[in-house]
Amino acid sequence: MNLDFSEEQEMLRTTTRDFLTKECPKTLVRELEEDEKGYSPDLWKEMAELGWMGLVLPEEYDGMGMGFMDLIILLEEMGRNILPGPFFCTVILGSLPILEAGSEEQKKELLPKISAGELILTLALTEPSARYDATGVATRAVAQDDGFVINGTKLFVENAHIADYIICVTRTKEGASPEDGITLFLVDAKSPGIRCEVMPTMGADKLCEVVFADVKVPKKNMLGELDKGWPVVQRNMEQAAIAKCAEMIGGAQAALDMTLAYAKERVQYGRPIGSFQVIQHYCANMWISVETGKNILYQAAWKVGEGLPATKEVAVAKGYINEAYKFVSERGVQCHGAIGTTRDHDIGLYYRRAKAAELAFGDTDFQRELVAQQIGL
Amino acid sequence: MDFSFTEEEERFRAEVRAFLDQEVTEEFHQELEERGETEFSREFTKKLAQKGWLAMAWPKEYGGGGATMMEQLIFSEEIGYHHAPTGGHRQGINLIGPCLIVHGTEEQKREYLPAITAGEVVWCQGFSEPNAGSDLASLQCRAVEDGDYYVIDGQKTWTTNAHRADWCHLLARTDPDAPRHRGISYFLIDMKSPGISVRPLINMLASHDFNEVFLDGVRVPKENILGEKNRGWYVSQTTLSFERSGIAIPAGAKRNLELLVEYAKETKRNGAPLAQDPIVRHKLAEMAVDIEVNRMIAYRVAWMQHQGLIPVYEASMSKLFGTELIKRLGDIGMQILGLFGPLERGSRWAPLRGRIARACQFSLGGTIAMGSSEIMKNIIATRGLELPREPRP
Ligand SMILES: Cc1cc2nc3c(=O)[nH]c(=O)nc-3n(C[C@H](O)[C@H](O)[C@H](O)COP(=O)(O)OP(=O)(O)OC[C@H]3O[C@@H](n4cnc5c(N)ncnc54)[C@H](O)[C@@H]3O)c2cc1C
Repeated sequence: MNLDFSEEQEMLRTTTRDFLTKECPKTLVRELEEDEKGYSPDLWKEMAELGWMGLVLPEEYDGMGMGFMDLIILLEEMGRNILPGPFFCTVILGSLPILEAGSEEQKKELLPKISAGELILTLALTEPSARYDATGVATRAVAQDDGFVINGTKLFVENAHIADYIICVTRTKEGASPEDGITLFLVDAKSPGIRCEVMPTMGADKLCEVVFADVKVPKKNMLGELDKGWPVVQRNMEQAAIAKCAEMIGGAQAALDMTLAYAKERVQYGRPIGSFQVIQHYCANMWISVETGKNILYQAAWKVGEGLPATKEVAVAKGYINEAYKFVSERGVQCHGAIGTTRDHDIGLYYRRAKAAELAFGDTDFQRELVAQQIGL
Repeated sequence: MDFSFTEEEERFRAEVRAFLDQEVTEEFHQELEERGETEFSREFTKKLAQKGWLAMAWPKEYGGGGATMMEQLIFSEEIGYHHAPTGGHRQGINLIGPCLIVHGTEEQKREYLPAITAGEVVWCQGFSEPNAGSDLASLQCRAVEDGDYYVIDGQKTWTTNAHRADWCHLLARTDPDAPRHRGISYFLIDMKSPGISVRPLINMLASHDFNEVFLDGVRVPKENILGEKNRGWYVSQTTLSFERSGIAIPAGAKRNLELLVEYAKETKRNGAPLAQDPIVRHKLAEMAVDIEVNRMIAYRVAWMQHQGLIPVYEASMSKLFGTELIKRLGDIGMQILGLFGPLERGSRWAPLRGRIARACQFSLGGTIAMGSSEIMKNIIATRGLELPREPRP
């Protein structure tokens, strides 16, 4: 066993943190909340130059060939800083399924461009049924001529409004089980018949409604095998859930740090509020949540990275960290008093993000159900 | 014991309810939101005044309705249930009006009270300062005598509705050398006075409700001091006879719970109505329990006041329980709405027009304003349970 990060990993963390502190101040985060695109193309370019988009892609696709745990470190720092933009959907929801299921031709065509920061990708899975399982996929793709025609409505598609490609999860067959008959397509986001609209959310996180109306996709854009796409989605949902956990733990750490600093500095009744035992206990509980959350995150991430079965570990981590992040950010606001309830204070940003992050890739009840199944119920 | 209301009280409730059903419609809420005023409406306040309900529990001699505390409770419960805006009169009716009744001179009462009961004048509260929040007695805003005037300099913050208010009731230090609580005076200030500037503070919902208020050489006539000079702290701490039950909170929560129950019945998830999911059922039931508990503490407080008793820690308990409860309800509501929860009004996919997402963010202020949960617990522990106080400077 070795429960420590390597020296290189520690360095990656430091350089990532320094870069984001400098290049993505909270003023920019807030500006981008109001911005139509929701990301900064300049910052995106710089991130590509640092090799972030290709961090876990093999060198043959111009990637850095690093491990999943390295990506976790990056995501933790991004969550800490609340980096807005399409990194998560491009890298986690876009490049990983291509790496796993793509043909050599697709990989050669797309992955180097992703590494170079030239492409934005996203995944269109959830629908008005708002579920993350195969039953929820009603969007149809029907074979026609030398391709397929897609019809259906996808909801909560991250950053679809700026995406170049949308990986669309479709139903191509009514199989014996809901999982049977799912096919993935790489859809050019500019294809005729696609209508995309950003949905206003409290996290201002650019989730989109994407309507596919007779959208034609050439056969060569099928990602993976016909009717056998679900296992790819399922693995990706595990990767996404644990990647989201990394962002969330980073956010929780930031909320804790911010609260600690404030508790030491804010004086009421002639003493720092951090000297009141109740505030000390809040902070102690917040720290416990963050530390325990990190351990549970790293174990699950390690398993995912090693390609080991991790369904239970991921569900445990996401279920736990969902609640931990909400708890830490909510207590953070409370310790800040009125200033914590303003739009301008950073702690509120974390509170809003925590609520949104809980729901992504399975809320707490969803994860607990998975855990229940895993323990034999 | 008898937990029922009298026939007359029930009739009154029905009358209030019928009025509010008609006035506080979905369109009305929508209109307020569009104006950026979810909690504020002068017109609505005036309508309540015309009905004779605004100051219903004030003594008749001051333009009140002389109603009982139980009638006031019923009224507040219905107002809360309908999520009716109270920003136009809360400060006047609940705080400064009763303070004036106890401490005001005859002229002051004549001057200010009729305008409050008529719903014509909006007040704001200038207590908190950047460095004086929970520890209000450390406030630094200064008032210095100059002939027939006091000249006020300083800064107030979190002043709700300062940008809409006509008058401000404000605490300022008149004797910097006296012990903290004994050098503060209570002022009534016209918001149009030269030297007052109001700067918006934007809350998490991106709406403009509270403000910073800067006072730069503001001249206030001496007759605008309330109570004795340097006794302002005690004026502000007067155990007042206004309604302190906190009933509006569980009543408002009950309405949101009902909306969530409706949603759960109408919405299918995973092939079955949400309402059949035992997890959803338990969450909603748990909230129903808490709301009922909260309602009964609030009734207890009102009952004590009805009997002429002065609730101290009981009122704190109700406030604490209620404001913590609506935070839980916000969280549970979001869980039940699932991925749709964070959608804001304006999206055709937003359930309940984004009401729960708003409640969820709005609820954060409740456990901080008007004495934070921590301060409430300190009061309950020291005054209610008579535990020794923490040492203070
Ligand atoms: C929505 C809203 C509307 C408001 N409207 C008005 C208004 O109209 N007029 C006005 O004057 N003010 C208003 N306020 C301000 C309100 O009165 C203050 O926020 C409140 O007094 C707390 O002060 P603070 O925000 O400075 O927090 P602080 O007092 O700095 O408290 C920070 C944290 O420390 C804790 N703490 C402080 N002292 C202790 C202690 N002794 N023991 C344990 N914990 C402690 C608090 O509970 C809190 O968690 C409003 C506030 C809000 C949120």
